[in-house]
Amino acid sequence: MSIWKYANPVLFMKTSGGILRVLVPVTAVLMVTGLMWGFFFTPPEMKQGSTVKIIFLHVPTAMLGINAWLMMLVASLIWLIRRHHVSALAAKAAAPVGATMTLAALITGAIWGEPMWGTWWAWDPRLTSFLILFLFYLGYMALWEAIDDPDTAADLTSVLCLVGSVFAILSRYAVNFWNQGLHQGPSLTIAQKQHVADAYWYPLMISIGGFLCFFVVMVLLRTRTEIRARRLKALLARERMA
Amino acid sequence: MIALLARDLKLALRAGGGFGLGLAFFLIVIVLVPLGVGPEGALLSRIAPGILWVAALLACLLSLDRIFALDYEDGSLDLLATAPIPLEGVVTMKALAHWLTTGLPLVLASPVLGLLMNLPAAGYGWLVLSLALGTPALSVIGTFGAALTVGLKRGGLLLSLLVLPLYVPTLIFGAEVVKRGAVGQAVETPLLLMAGITAGAAALLPFASAGALRINLR
Repeated sequence: MSIWKYANPVLFMKTSGGILRVLVPVTAVLMVTGLMWGFFFTPPEMKQGSTVKIIFLHVPTAMLGINAWLMMLVASLIWLIRRHHVSALAAKAAAPVGATMTLAALITGAIWGEPMWGTWWAWDPRLTSFLILFLFYLGYMALWEAIDDPDTAADLTSVLCLVGSVFAILSRYAVNFWNQGLHQGPSLTIAQKQHVADAYWYPLMISIGGFLCFFVVMVLLRTRTEIRARRLKALLARERMA
Repeated sequence: MIALLARDLKLALRAGGGFGLGLAFFLIVIVLVPLGVGPEGALLSRIAPGILWVAALLACLLSLDRIFALDYEDGSLDLLATAPIPLEGVVTMKALAHWLTTGLPLVLASPVLGLLMNLPAAGYGWLVLSLALGTPALSVIGTFGAALTVGLKRGGLLLSLLVLPLYVPTLIFGAEVVKRGAVGQAVETPLLLMAGITAGAAALLPFASAGALRINLR
C-alpha cells in the first residue's frame, strides 16, 4: 500500500468510505466505554475527589491538539513535495478538529483547575504554549479562508505550517524559561512505567483510543466533504461553460 | 542588491508616513500605558521592560503590510522576481530596509522612552542591546508574513494574526533580558537565545518568504 495511490480521489473516496464504515462504530464503542467507565465506574481519588475524572477528557484532547498539528505538518510536507492533492485537503480538514481539541483541552483544564489550583487560568508554561498553539491554528485556518485559489491556498498554508511548527516548538521552550509551572509533569510517557493507578489507567487508555479514532473519523469525513465540494465546483463550472 | 536597498530606503523616506509613523506609534503606546495603569514609579519600572518590548513589537507590526504591497500593486515585484538576482536576496534586502526604517529608529529612541517608563538605570544598556539584536528578527519574520498575505485585498488583520504568534519567542527572551538586566541579574542565557533566534530567522526565513512570494506571483 502506498499513499501515492490515494492521490487519486476516486480511490481515496472508496477506501475511506470502507474505513469509515468500520471505524465509526468502533469509535462509538470506545468513546462510550472509555467515558462511561471513567465517569461512573472509577473510584474518586483520595485528594482530588471526583474532579480527577476530567482526565478522561483532558488528556486525550490535549494529546490530539498537539498531534493534529503534527499530522498537518506531515500532510503539508507531502503536498509541497509531491503535489498530493488529497494530502493538502486532509491538512485543511484536520485544522478545525485540532483547534477544537486544543480549545477543549484548555477548557477542561480550566474547569479542573478552578477547584484544584483555585484558579481558572494561570500563566503556566504548558497552558501558555497551548494557548499559543491555539492561535497558530486560528492563523492557519484564517489563511485558508482568505485565499480564493485552492492551490495557492494549499501552498501558502503549507509554508505557514512548516514555519509555524518551528516557532511553536521555540515558543514551547521559551515559555518554560519564562515562568515556573503550576501544571504537573507528564503522567503518561512511553519511556517510563505508568504513574496512573490501574483503576484509571484502563479507562484512560480506552478513552484515548476512542478520541484517536474520533479524530481519524472526523478528518476522513471532512476530507471527503472537501473532495465532494471540489467536484461540485468543477461540475458547476462545466455547466456554466456549456 | 545594494541598489534595491537604496531604492527602498529612498521610497520610505520620501513617500512619508512610513518612516516616522512606527516611531510615533511607539511613543504613543508608551505614553498611554502610564495613563492607563497610573503614574506610580515603582509599578512602572517593574512593567517597563515588558511594555517597551510589546510596544516595539506592535510598532514593527504596523508597517509590515507596506513591505510588498506597493511593489505588488505597481508591478515592480514581478520585475524583481524575474530579475537576475535571487528572490531570496530581494526578500532579505526588503527585510533589511524595513529594519533600517522601523527597527533601528525604535532602538535609538528606546532610551528616551525607557526614561518615560521609569526604567531602572541598569536596564538602559540591555534595553538598547536587546532591541538591537531582537528587532531584526521581527523584521525578518514580518517579511515572511507580508509575503504570505501580499496578494490579499484586506491582508492587514490577517497579517497580525499570522505574525504575532511567531513573535512570541523573541518577545519572551527580549523582555527577559531587560527585566534581568534592570535588576542586575545575569542576562547571557536569554540574550544568546534571542540572538540565536534572530540569526536562525535571518538565515532560513528568507527562503520561506521567497517561496511564498513565488506562489503569490504565480
